Amino acid sequence: MTLLSPQSASVTAQTASRGRLGDRVFSGLSRAAGINILIILAGVAAFLVVEGRAGIFGDTEEMSGSDNFLQYVGPLVFGTVYASFLALLIAAPLGVAVALFISHYAPKRVSQTLGYLVDLLAAIPSVVFGIWGITVLAPILSGNLYPWLNENLDFLPFFSGTISTSGRSMLTAGIVLAVMILPVITAISREVFLQTPRLHEEASLALGATKWEMIRQAVLPYGRSGVISGCMLGLGRALGETMAVAIILSPSDGYFWSVLTNQNSNTIASNVALKFPEAYGLDVNRLIATGLVLFGITFLVNALARRVANAGFSGADG
Amino acid sequence: MTSVMNDVTAPTVGLDARRMSRAAEGAIAAVSLLLGISIPNLLGNGKWGWILIVAALSYVSLTYVGSRVLEDRRQATDRVMRATLTVAFVLVMLPLLSVTWTVIREGVSRFDGTFLGGTMRLTPEDLLAQREGFAAGGAFHAMVGTLIITGLAAAIAIPLGLLTAVYLVEYGRGRLARAITTMVDVMTGIPSIVAGLFAYALFVIIFGPGSRTGIAGGVALSVLMTPVVVRSAEEMLRLVPNELREASYALGVPKWRTILKVVIPTAVAGILTGITLAVARVIGETAPLLIAAGLAQETNVNPFDGRMTSLPVFTYYQYVQPGIPTEAGVERAWAAALMLVLIVAALFVLARVLANVLKPKGLR
Repeated sequence: MTLLSPQSASVTAQTASRGRLGDRVFSGLSRAAGINILIILAGVAAFLVVEGRAGIFGDTEEMSGSDNFLQYVGPLVFGTVYASFLALLIAAPLGVAVALFISHYAPKRVSQTLGYLVDLLAAIPSVVFGIWGITVLAPILSGNLYPWLNENLDFLPFFSGTISTSGRSMLTAGIVLAVMILPVITAISREVFLQTPRLHEEASLALGATKWEMIRQAVLPYGRSGVISGCMLGLGRALGETMAVAIILSPSDGYFWSVLTNQNSNTIASNVALKFPEAYGLDVNRLIATGLVLFGITFLVNALARRVANAGFSGADG
Repeated sequence: MTSVMNDVTAPTVGLDARRMSRAAEGAIAAVSLLLGISIPNLLGNGKWGWILIVAALSYVSLTYVGSRVLEDRRQATDRVMRATLTVAFVLVMLPLLSVTWTVIREGVSRFDGTFLGGTMRLTPEDLLAQREGFAAGGAFHAMVGTLIITGLAAAIAIPLGLLTAVYLVEYGRGRLARAITTMVDVMTGIPSIVAGLFAYALFVIIFGPGSRTGIAGGVALSVLMTPVVVRSAEEMLRLVPNELREASYALGVPKWRTILKVVIPTAVAGILTGITLAVARVIGETAPLLIAAGLAQETNVNPFDGRMTSLPVFTYYQYVQPGIPTEAGVERAWAAALMLVLIVAALFVLARVLANVLKPKGLR
C-alpha cells in the first residue's frame, strides 16, 4: 500500500509549483470551502441564539401558556430523552444481533445483500414511517400487546393507566424510532465486527471454541467500543427524529411515565413540528429556543460517541 | 470469560464429539413451523403475528432441547445463539416488508394522472367530485417543489462538500484541518428540525418575520447534505493510490491539475455514488421543510418568493389535515408516500449503477 500520505507526497511538488496561479486559486478555493463549513456551523448556533433569546428571556405574558422557559422545556426534554431511551433499549440488542448475524452467521455469498437490506430501512423517509406506524403498527400493538402488558404488568408504573385504544402512545413512538435507528447501530457494529483480527478468531477456534464462544472471546471485546459509539449515534438520531413522533404520539403537557396511555410528554422536535406552522410572535422565538436545547443535547451525545469511538480497542481489556 | 476458557479445555470436546445431523436440523425447523401454524389456530387466534412468534419461540427452544440431547451443553448454547440471531434478523426484516407492502397497497389507488398532473388548487367542481368519491387533487406542485428545493440544496452542498473534502485530503494540515474534521462530525449530528429552524431564523432577517420560501428550504437541506458529501468524498479521495499523484507530479503536472485530472477522475465513481446517496437522504426530509418552506396549494417555481410545497410535507399535511371526505386526503398521502419511496429507491439503484459503471479498471 501507500507509504506516504497524500500531503507529504505533495511536499516536493508543492515547492516546485509554488506561485503558480492555478495552484494558488485552487488551494484557496478548497480552503475557503473548508472555512465555510466552520462559518455555517457557527451561523447555525448564532442564529438560533439570536432568535431564541427572546423566547427564553422574553415576557411570558405574550406567549401562549405563561410558564417560564424552564417550565416549558422541562417536559419536552423529558419526553425527548424518554422516547429515545425506549428506542435505544429496543434497537441496541436487536441491532447488535443483526450485525453479528450478517457479519458472522449469514452465508458469505448473501451477507452483503442482507446488509444492503438493512441499509434500505434507513432510506425510508421518516414521514412514511410515521403514517405506517399510525395506520399499521399502532392498531396491532394496541390490540394485542398493550392489553396484555396492561393486565399482567400493571404493577410497573410504565404499564399502568388506561391504554390508548388508537395506540398513539409513547411505546409505539419508541418502537418506530427503534426501527429507524436500528440501521445506524447495525451498520457501525457490523463494520467493527468485520474488522476483528483474523488471528484472534482463528486462535479461539483452534482452542476448540464453538462459534459463539469465539464471538464472545474475540469479536465482542474487539467491537465493544464500536458498538457503544454506534448506539450513541443511534441515540443522537432518535433524539432529533421529528415526523414519526409528531404523527404517532398523542401529546399532553407534563411528565408521564406510563408508555401505554394517551397522555405522553411530547418531544422537542415533534413539539416544534406541530406548533411552528401556526405559531407567531414570541412563541416562534420560544420554539427556536427549544431547538437550541435539542441541538445542545444531540451535540453532547454525539461528542460522547466520538470520544468512545476514538478510545478504540485495547488488547488489555476483555 | 474464565468459565468459557475452562469450557474450552473441557474433555467432552474432541474430534469424535457427537454432532447433530442435517436431517435433525431440518426436522426441528419443520416441527417449529408446524407448531407455529397449529398452536395459534387451535387456540382460536390464527393471526400471522402469533404464528411467527410461536414458530420463532419453538424454533429456539427445540434447537436447544435437540442439541442438549444429541450433542452437549456448549454446542447447545452455540446453536441457540445462532437460532436467536437468525430470528432477530427476520424480526428486523418485518418492518421493511410491512412498510414496503403497505405503501404499495395503499399508494396505487391514487397513483393516477390526476395525482401526477394536478395540484391542490381545487375548483368547486373538484371538491364536489371528491365528495362523491372521484379522484381529485394532485401533487404536481409538490414534485416541482421537491425538485427545486433539492436542486438548490445540491447546488450548495455538492461544490462546498467536494472542495472541503479536497482540502482535507490534499491540502489540509494542522489545526484548521482538524477543526474542520471535528465540525463536519458535529454537523452530521445536527437534527434535521434544527437545520430547519436555522434556515428560518436566517431568512427571517432577509425576508421579514413569518417568511417561508423555497430557498430557505434549500439552505436547510444543504446543511444536512454537506457533511454527508464531505464524508463520502473524503473517504473516496483517500482511496486513490499515492503512486498516481506522484507519477503525475513527476511529469511536471501542477498540483491543481493533478487533483482535477488524476485524483478526482480516479475516485469519481465513489464520489458520485456518495452524492446520490446524500440526495436520497435529504429528499425525504420533512421537518426542515415544514419549518422553512411551508405549504402551498399550487405550483410555485420561484424559490425566493412565497411558500413552496415539497412531497414529504405534502404527505404529512394530506394525512393530518385530509379534508372532506377523509379518505381523499389519506389516499393522496399514501400516493405521495409511494412516490417518495419510488424516488429514493431509484436513487439507490442509480448509486449502485454509477458505482459499477464508472469504476476505473484496475482498481479494487
